[in-house]
Amino acid sequence: MTKRDTRDRDRDAPSALSRRDLFKAAAAAGVVAAVPTVAAGQESAPAPSASPAGPPAAAPGAGPVAQAPAARPVLFFFNDEEARFVEAAIDRLIPADPEWPGAVWAGVLTFIDRQLAGPYGDGAKTYLAGPWTPDAPPEQGYQHRYTPAEIFRIGIAEVRAHVTETRDAEFAELGADAIDAVLTALEAGEIELPSIPSALFFSVLLDNTVQGWFADPVHGGNRDMVSWRMVGFPGAYAQYLETVDIFNLDYRREPVSIADAAARAVHLGGHHEH
Amino acid sequence: MAVRLPEIDVVLVGGGMTAAIVGKELAEAGQRVVALERGQMRQTVPDFQSPTMHDELTYSIRHALMQNPEQQTITFRNRPDQTPLPMRRLGSFLPGEGVGGAMVHWNGVTWRFQPEWFELKSWTEERYGRGFVSDEVTIQDWGVTYDELEPYYDFFEKICGTGGLPYGDLTGGNPFGGRRSNPYPNPPMKEPYALNLFRTAAAGMGYSPFPAPSSNATRHYVNPYGAELKPCMYCGYCERHGCEHFAKASPQVSILPAALANPNFEMRTGAWVTRIEHDPDAGIVTGVTYVDAAGREVFQPASMVVLCAYAYHNAVLMLQSGIGQPYDPATQTGTVGRNYCYQTFGGATVFFDGTVRFNPYMGAGALGVVIDDFNNGSMDHSELGFLGGASTSVSQASGRPIAFHPVPGDTPGWGLAWKEAVRRHYNSTLSISAQGSSLPHPNNYLGLDRTYTDAFGNPLGMLTFDFPDNDRRMAAFLTERCVEIGEAMGASVVEGNDLAEHYSIVPYQSTHNTGGTVMGADPTTSVVNRYLQSWDCHNLFVMGAGVFPQNAGYNPTGTVGALAYWAVDAIKNQYLRNPGPLVQA
Repeated sequence: MTKRDTRDRDRDAPSALSRRDLFKAAAAAGVVAAVPTVAAGQESAPAPSASPAGPPAAAPGAGPVAQAPAARPVLFFFNDEEARFVEAAIDRLIPADPEWPGAVWAGVLTFIDRQLAGPYGDGAKTYLAGPWTPDAPPEQGYQHRYTPAEIFRIGIAEVRAHVTETRDAEFAELGADAIDAVLTALEAGEIELPSIPSALFFSVLLDNTVQGWFADPVHGGNRDMVSWRMVGFPGAYAQYLETVDIFNLDYRREPVSIADAAARAVHLGGHHEH
Repeated sequence: MAVRLPEIDVVLVGGGMTAAIVGKELAEAGQRVVALERGQMRQTVPDFQSPTMHDELTYSIRHALMQNPEQQTITFRNRPDQTPLPMRRLGSFLPGEGVGGAMVHWNGVTWRFQPEWFELKSWTEERYGRGFVSDEVTIQDWGVTYDELEPYYDFFEKICGTGGLPYGDLTGGNPFGGRRSNPYPNPPMKEPYALNLFRTAAAGMGYSPFPAPSSNATRHYVNPYGAELKPCMYCGYCERHGCEHFAKASPQVSILPAALANPNFEMRTGAWVTRIEHDPDAGIVTGVTYVDAAGREVFQPASMVVLCAYAYHNAVLMLQSGIGQPYDPATQTGTVGRNYCYQTFGGATVFFDGTVRFNPYMGAGALGVVIDDFNNGSMDHSELGFLGGASTSVSQASGRPIAFHPVPGDTPGWGLAWKEAVRRHYNSTLSISAQGSSLPHPNNYLGLDRTYTDAFGNPLGMLTFDFPDNDRRMAAFLTERCVEIGEAMGASVVEGNDLAEHYSIVPYQSTHNTGGTVMGADPTTSVVNRYLQSWDCHNLFVMGAGVFPQNAGYNPTGTVGALAYWAVDAIKNQYLRNPGPLVQA
């Protein structure tokens, strides 16, 4: 079905890192950088903590959080206990695997923290006036009085309290299987929280986790564009006039972030050509 | 006490596509025209430039270019016996805010409706008999025909620089379209692999695939207004984003440069219209009241008012202003708010499971291959059990990964299995989408809410809508066809996308809201006549998709543009010479 021979079409593009090379480089580096500044083609990656792909340990105190960067970034919204909760949860929502890091390494905690500290967290672009109808049919959409920041703050506190009460343990220290069980119950709405439907809290947590995983790294997550490398998305690059109709093209290009000076140069270059 | 400004000739409510068209044309005809836009000025440079425009989170997910529900939204319910509740966040549809309106963040798909759609009631009765659709399907004729609109479609395509193939089997274009006086002004877009797979499968099944009509420019082009469009780069940031490349037709690129060059035209931003003022005894409007950028209430007197706001908002503003008789679903009387329609989708998601590379991020808003074999005028409905139809297509608009990471339906929503499925399917999955028509139902309408108010203290608009049974049957039929085509493409998994049990305001479906200010030949079932002139006040005209009596299985923008040029022609050449009703009720 191949329309043309595509093998030599993209030889000018920087060679792509293999997934394993990237991961090794990332694991070996040792410097924490919240926002990557890797220029296109630069074959090194900034850096995570010791063992981003290591399986979570089951022992209390050595749980999934052990995968987090050694130095936690400055947080504007979450306190330390909330941050531990979020890291433990997102580590199960998008876990590391043998080839690709997960949401913790990618800085999704930083992403969510910044989102909640800003206009989104405060309910920007949301009609929040009463009266409220929290038991409305789902077709009528969100009908609670909370801002996203309140959903996180209240949800985390109430889930932690529920876990303490039912399991006599801190959520972040439960270990992978038990955290999965709690998250599954939240998703299904099976846990009765005092002031918020557990499925609502879960869906806002998951939505923000996926957004932090895939959004441009300027927003604090998707470190080193790891999610883009995983699926092969070139990011803010935007010039496919010559390649869009090449069938089955094995397109390999170092992705670019909005933050990259190279991205700007690529765009300006594209304009000048046309 | 409102500040009273000097009288002008024409005031336009809104600063989007139809305001740009009407403003340009009437200013050129010597009228002093002011467009009142609630949002801000924005231009391709500097506002839509890369790399910052290529920020999926800010624009696609957090809706940077869209209306802000915090200031004004609508309430929603499925049925008249429910309590309407506010749409607290944008979801199902995304109206724009700021100069250019929703045409800044549209995709650029530029259709003409099939000829019979403008005479749907007559056509259906003649073809299938009077009893074919139930009385609950309140379809009607538009009062204008395709042949009358054809020159205006043609001109709007030239303004937008639309690319496509001429209609007909021999040309490779749509064999089911109406008569065309001219070919498209530009050639069609390129054809990526996913689209070619669809073309091959559809052609093999006897259907007639053709490239989607696209206002993402396919070459350097100068339109009749002297505005320049530049070639699309297939950047994949089209819908929900502004175009950095001057390639997607928008008011900023295609129309406003000509309008703003005329000293007769003023775009006044930060101006939020709260009321159309009218004199019921004289049967005229006298101007509009708005809150200006500084927060002052201002009365702008005008000899003519043209409503150019987003589709449903024109109906809401008429209701808030007490112009025309509000529609009442209990008695099925009244006209303002009547025949709200939407878009009804069938479709299939087609998984090739890593065996192909589609590179979905190499895309453009209107990059698609379409078959029209299932559209309304293409089919014999005798044995189908429904009226209506769909444009059925595979498009490659974007691979932006927050929104686009398809996984098979049995995949968990999170965890390792989800992550692995996302990685596996990102580059080898396509969707076949059947964009179906939407027929009116007596319960589907726009009204005013009794509980909730906007930032200016006025009642919110209220939407009541669910999919009528006719449209449900159509969607089921369309999904079956999409699944058949998907299977013919040789995919590993094909999943049909069934219509939800009830319409939901939450997931994005389409910014193709229609009706509420519908046009027609009968003042008891329409708000405006065939020239989009109010039956109640002869110096009030209403633009936009709100005038559609029922929505077709196509994107609406081409028809909105054609109707705007059709109406403005009547205003210039008939109304201004002899102000008064252009059609006698």
